[in-house]
Amino acid sequence: MDHTASIFIELGGVLFCLGVIGHVASRVGISPIPFYLVAGLAFGKGGLLPLVASEEFIKTGAEIGVVLLLLTLGLEYTADELVHGLRKQAPAGAIDLLLNAAPGVAAAFLLGWGGTAAVVMGGITAISSSGIIAKVLGDLGRLGNRETPVVLSVLVIEDLAMAVYLPIVTALLAHQTIARGSITLAIALGALAVVLFVALRHSPKVTRLVFNPNAERNDEIILLRALGLALLVAGVAQRLQVSAAVGAFLVGIALSGPVAEGAREVLTPLRDLFAAVFFVFFGLHTDPAEIPPVLAVASALAVTGVATKVATGWWAARRAGVATLGRFRAGAALVARGEFSIVIAGLAVSAGVSPRLGPLAASYVLLMAVLGPLAARFVEPVTRAGLRRMNRKPATAASGGPLPGI
Amino acid sequence: MDIEETALPGIGLRHEFNTRGGRRVGVVSRHKGRRDLVIYDAGDPDSVAESLTLNAEESDALSELLGAPHIVEKLADLSKVFAGLVGEQIRISPDSPYAGGLLGDTQARTRTGASIVAVVRDHEVLASPRPDFRFEPDDVVVVVGTPDNTAAVAELFRTG
Repeated sequence: MDHTASIFIELGGVLFCLGVIGHVASRVGISPIPFYLVAGLAFGKGGLLPLVASEEFIKTGAEIGVVLLLLTLGLEYTADELVHGLRKQAPAGAIDLLLNAAPGVAAAFLLGWGGTAAVVMGGITAISSSGIIAKVLGDLGRLGNRETPVVLSVLVIEDLAMAVYLPIVTALLAHQTIARGSITLAIALGALAVVLFVALRHSPKVTRLVFNPNAERNDEIILLRALGLALLVAGVAQRLQVSAAVGAFLVGIALSGPVAEGAREVLTPLRDLFAAVFFVFFGLHTDPAEIPPVLAVASALAVTGVATKVATGWWAARRAGVATLGRFRAGAALVARGEFSIVIAGLAVSAGVSPRLGPLAASYVLLMAVLGPLAARFVEPVTRAGLRRMNRKPATAASGGPLPGI
Repeated sequence: MDIEETALPGIGLRHEFNTRGGRRVGVVSRHKGRRDLVIYDAGDPDSVAESLTLNAEESDALSELLGAPHIVEKLADLSKVFAGLVGEQIRISPDSPYAGGLLGDTQARTRTGASIVAVVRDHEVLASPRPDFRFEPDDVVVVVGTPDNTAAVAELFRTG
């Protein structure tokens, strides 16, 4: 009984604190993710309040959080959107991944962490936070803008790339080298192809497993079956070393129509709860004392991370025929990193790659999750001012393009 | 008029078009029936100058306000679809015996064979009015039937 009491007190305290912090975050208009990470740092290892009794629960909750994050991500997209986005913005996606993985890979090699850590760091710096970005674009009223479909298509490609990347990382982390892990990797990618094929071709059948799309909606059944199916597939995927997260992502993609919409509605509150637990868990396992030594590297990565994303967005928007201001808006919108960088870092930390990788990833995401929305907000006035200055000096530059206010 | 449709993966769909006055308007359809009405910057076609978020109920109300005249026009076009049937709009004059009276009291369908399918009041379409519907002066009654039948309804509203 005493044990149960301490679990309740610890969990209740943590969740209530997160609620208060989340409220502050939404007041300030910043994503709660960095706040949750800080809360995790404050609680756990080396922090102010060590959590003992609830640790096991939080660990499992964090794993479920990853599954739910990827499941709801998959539910956002239909298979058609994925294929369409890939076809339309493939070059932009390739540029995005190359440009933005490079700083992470370079940092890992410069720090002497080796190949596996380099692959992990590349993933951490490459992938934007679609959650933060979609929220920011909606809040700033930019959904109608010409560059927005470009931004969203780049995110789609990143998410698809993640479906291939996560099994590779999982195999690498299990075997440490590609050569030794190649059989596992082959099985993993084979399984991925099969599941993706089933998801694309037999989406109605998979959907029917969760709920009959023609019957009257029953939220309770949808909740239980969608979550159950996602956890089952995630578990099997994990067994095959494909990574649980990818299994859940594919289940999300395979579900379609009103059932997917229903599942998204009932799972979102659950996702918010367990994702918060996941961010806290990551923070818990990072010793705050280890942050200052990596802060310089994290800041350098943040600066290059802003620059490479702005360049990506600028290039992709230019390809779509968007004018200068919109190109910079697209770039700034892509800056935010968040949940998926932590998901990747979490895999590496639990496999025990480099002891400094966790703190570095945590501080990087802390910086980028705050910088991203700020960049998106202030890119317009900054770009406008820059354009005005450029136009004032050489008179010839004024004919550059359709500038705002003309 | 060209309506351009753009997929916003993970968010929904966007439809936009140019007005005759040269402005660009769009509607972003999001999940759960949420809509954003967006008006583009007059000088910069890439950016939205004004964005208004509407919930399902509000966007329904707005579309009803904007769409009412069109619905009536479409009802009037019914004659082209069903040969022999016409849609007629009849205004209830203040001196009509049924101004202020109940729809049920007209016994329009029994007496004429034509059906009252809608009433337009203050640009609002009240579809499928029930027998306890009370007419007001200047209501426009939309009647569907053969030309003879609808003419009989017009006569009925005029003279009782």
